[in-house]
Amino acid sequence: MLSYIIRRILLMIPTMLAISFLIFFIIELPAGDYITNQIAALRASGETASIAKLEFLRAEFALDRPFFERYLIWLGCWPGPNGFDGLIQGNWGWSFEFDRPVSEVVGPTLPLTIVLNFATILFVYIVSFPIGMYSATRQYSWGDYGFTFLGYIGLATPNFLLGLILLYLFNRWFGLSVGGLMAPEYIDQPWSVDKALSVLAHLIVPTIVIGTAGTAAMIRRLRANLLDELHKQYVTTGRAKGLTEGRLLYKYPLRMALNPFIADIGNLIPSLVSGSVIVSVVLNLPTVGPVLLSSLQSQDQFLAGFILLFVAVLTLIGMLVSDLLLAVLDPRIRLGGRATR
Amino acid sequence: MNVLSVEELSVDFHTAEGRSRAVDRVSFAVPENRTVALVGESGSGKTVISQTIMGLLPPVAEISSGKVVLSDPSGEIEPVDIATLDRKGAKMRHLRGNRVAIIFQEPMTSLSPLHTIGDQIGEAAELHRGVGRAEARELTREMLRLVRFPDPQRGLDAYPFELSGGLRQRAMIAMAMICHPALLIADEPTTALDVTIQAEILKLIKDVQSELRMSVLMITHDFGVVANMADEVVVIYHGRIMERGTAEQLFSNPQHDYLKALLNAVPSFDMDRSERLVPIRPITVKAEDLKKSRPDCRVAPGEPLVQVKDVTKRFTLRKGGLLGARTATMTALDQVNLTIRRGECLGVVGESGSGKTTVAKTILRALDINEGEILYNKGEGLSDVSHLRGDALMDYRRRVQLIFQDPFSSLNPRMTVNDILTEPLEIHGIGTAEERAERARSLMSLVGLDARYLRRYPHSFSGGQRQRIGIARALALNPEFILCDEPTSALDVSVQAQILNLLQDLKRDLGLTYLFVSHNLAVVDYIADRIVVMCRGRVVEVGETREVVSNPLHPYTRALLSAVPEPDLNEKLDFAALDAGRASEPGDWPEPFRLGDGTVPHLIEMKPDHFVCAPGLYGRHAQEGTAA
Repeated sequence: MLSYIIRRILLMIPTMLAISFLIFFIIELPAGDYITNQIAALRASGETASIAKLEFLRAEFALDRPFFERYLIWLGCWPGPNGFDGLIQGNWGWSFEFDRPVSEVVGPTLPLTIVLNFATILFVYIVSFPIGMYSATRQYSWGDYGFTFLGYIGLATPNFLLGLILLYLFNRWFGLSVGGLMAPEYIDQPWSVDKALSVLAHLIVPTIVIGTAGTAAMIRRLRANLLDELHKQYVTTGRAKGLTEGRLLYKYPLRMALNPFIADIGNLIPSLVSGSVIVSVVLNLPTVGPVLLSSLQSQDQFLAGFILLFVAVLTLIGMLVSDLLLAVLDPRIRLGGRATR
Repeated sequence: MNVLSVEELSVDFHTAEGRSRAVDRVSFAVPENRTVALVGESGSGKTVISQTIMGLLPPVAEISSGKVVLSDPSGEIEPVDIATLDRKGAKMRHLRGNRVAIIFQEPMTSLSPLHTIGDQIGEAAELHRGVGRAEARELTREMLRLVRFPDPQRGLDAYPFELSGGLRQRAMIAMAMICHPALLIADEPTTALDVTIQAEILKLIKDVQSELRMSVLMITHDFGVVANMADEVVVIYHGRIMERGTAEQLFSNPQHDYLKALLNAVPSFDMDRSERLVPIRPITVKAEDLKKSRPDCRVAPGEPLVQVKDVTKRFTLRKGGLLGARTATMTALDQVNLTIRRGECLGVVGESGSGKTTVAKTILRALDINEGEILYNKGEGLSDVSHLRGDALMDYRRRVQLIFQDPFSSLNPRMTVNDILTEPLEIHGIGTAEERAERARSLMSLVGLDARYLRRYPHSFSGGQRQRIGIARALALNPEFILCDEPTSALDVSVQAQILNLLQDLKRDLGLTYLFVSHNLAVVDYIADRIVVMCRGRVVEVGETREVVSNPLHPYTRALLSAVPEPDLNEKLDFAALDAGRASEPGDWPEPFRLGDGTVPHLIEMKPDHFVCAPGLYGRHAQEGTAA
């Protein structure tokens, strides 16, 4: 088992390298870069005074080098203008748009993004599991139809609209401030109990909004998976032993139906980050999503590259977690090699 | 004393099409410490009866009348009428798995793959005997010992996927036995198992029964099992009891026409070569239409049509990863030699994992071989087929066709019968649309189905009818050679007789050649002219069917033959002579048959035209046989 984990982690390194190359390649696909675009704009308006400074910046960030060299310098495997200074050395790059290091631009948003993602995944699982189990065990009952109807509404409602409605209602009912992940008075304040509580209160709306569609989809899938399992022979075997329906359901078919959901953890993360961009913009959430959107629009390549890489790391970790959980939960995966014919 | 007495039981199903009666006023009893066999075809209602006794009827089923009284001879519970109990209630749960237990047909799917068998067996003890986890584990180990698990201690923590089918079924029996039930229902407990394993499991059920003084209700359609196990027999047809009595009465003097017909439909080793099975619903073959359009096979009858020469096939069990490059290979076929002569039916028998289906697939070129060659005679002498490409391969595909084992999964449920039958013609670009439609109609009448059924979908046919559609599809291209991969093992005996006769008639009328793969020796004995016995990827015995069956020379063939339950009370299985599993271990065979790792499985002609794999005699014998 230990060697499996180590092998699995070692395998992540080449995967990361391949992903980083792909990200860099795709971001560099449009012609030019942030600075050449600026130079072109300045030339067009006849201002030539600051062009020299921009040319200096281009050389400073090695944007005048060939493609592979630029990639390796970004990674930190090739000496740039300031020696080895890239991602491996802990330098996340420079954001041209914000005129600050990437770490300063993204830094504060990362923990909040992770907190929000985690809360959303938790919400999706906690809400969809009981409902999915109810729907599957009481197929074609009124409750099943009701949840199915709600689920379709959840899938069909545009997220940002739901977000606006909920923000309005929460503001009217509980006096919660509109937008953001904390009340305005705590912004840029040091962390305190009150600030944390404010963050928690403000998490509710975005979690529900981002999680609704995922919850609805997961209810449908859990219901379908569980319905498949409920008709399998081993369930009848369990029933023939005299197990109560409840214990039977938890011990056998639910365990079997879990596998696809655990395998899904890794896939959920990127979709939550990229899927929540519009919601984050509408709700004015200080997460990575809106920053990514603006950086892609303005070809702020180091910023965009870093965020995409960050999401990729989250995904890989999610995959690792789901693989390890699967191995723990499913003996066929854990002991598959030991099986003899 | 009767442990179970069923009186005037009727069960109705409420479906979208209305009420249908699955069980109609059925009465029978299971006496203490006796075995009663409930015999019938699929759809006869025998499983519904078992579900009624277990309280496992689906919600759409309703017991409309009758009593199902269970009285426990141990006095642990009062006599109780199961028909009146709430199926999901506590009282019924207390009986299930405790006083009445069940073993299912499919040991592969009836255990949860995620839990150790120790956990799954012990669960019943924890539920009903009020013991703790440690004590349940102790009881489970005791039970595993009783069902002769090779290593009970290790068995406790094994997962079902780590065990063979026979061991899984033993685990199921242990699970059913752990609370020492008064009544055991065995629902086709050995249908999915090989004959040698079947004999062991039947022996085990008998042993456990006598040890625990338990009553058994054996549900089966196999008269061989009935003859060996049952004290009393109940024959059921369409939910009604046709005949009941002691085994002696029913086998020696069957009264009802249905029972007589069923007994006539079972192939047995005593049958004469010219004797034909009598199916309950016979089909007459109308081959005239097809004969006209058949291209003549230019190989003379009796000449070799297909030759398999030193074919070896290995499977990679585990792919090496990027960092862990360990691969395991399994030799599925080890230097196999076979010859199939034009116009004959060559039967291939062996247990699961013996490589018999792999042989068929390599001849079909569905699998590529590692070594050796497969030769086919198109009329210009034998030529290798393993390098055919393009048009030559298409031509070969037209000549060689396959009939599958499972008629349920081998027909696309979204295609009409017409589409299924004309698709091969479309792929090969044969005929116009009208000619194809005409061909589909004549194929239907060939297999005895009405041409009006062409527009239907497979789900509206029974298993036997589907298998006939599968046969019609295989015949669509006028093939010369047909591979039959266990074509009757999923069918009832009466339907099996019908399909076997159909295959025989088609062979006679169309001049076909068959390779008939089966694990059922009696079936192969009935249909095959020559027989090949395989074990662990090697051919161990080849010869004329009668010669091999009446005079088996190889120890494995002998073990196989002695394990077949005959539908005859005078030829019961010799349970005492069974040596558990040793017969299928080539390393344990006595000299000169012993095969170690890497031993070349030479075939020696020990009798005229009767070859046996005996590497110990190789070289010493003058007349050695290369190609049987």
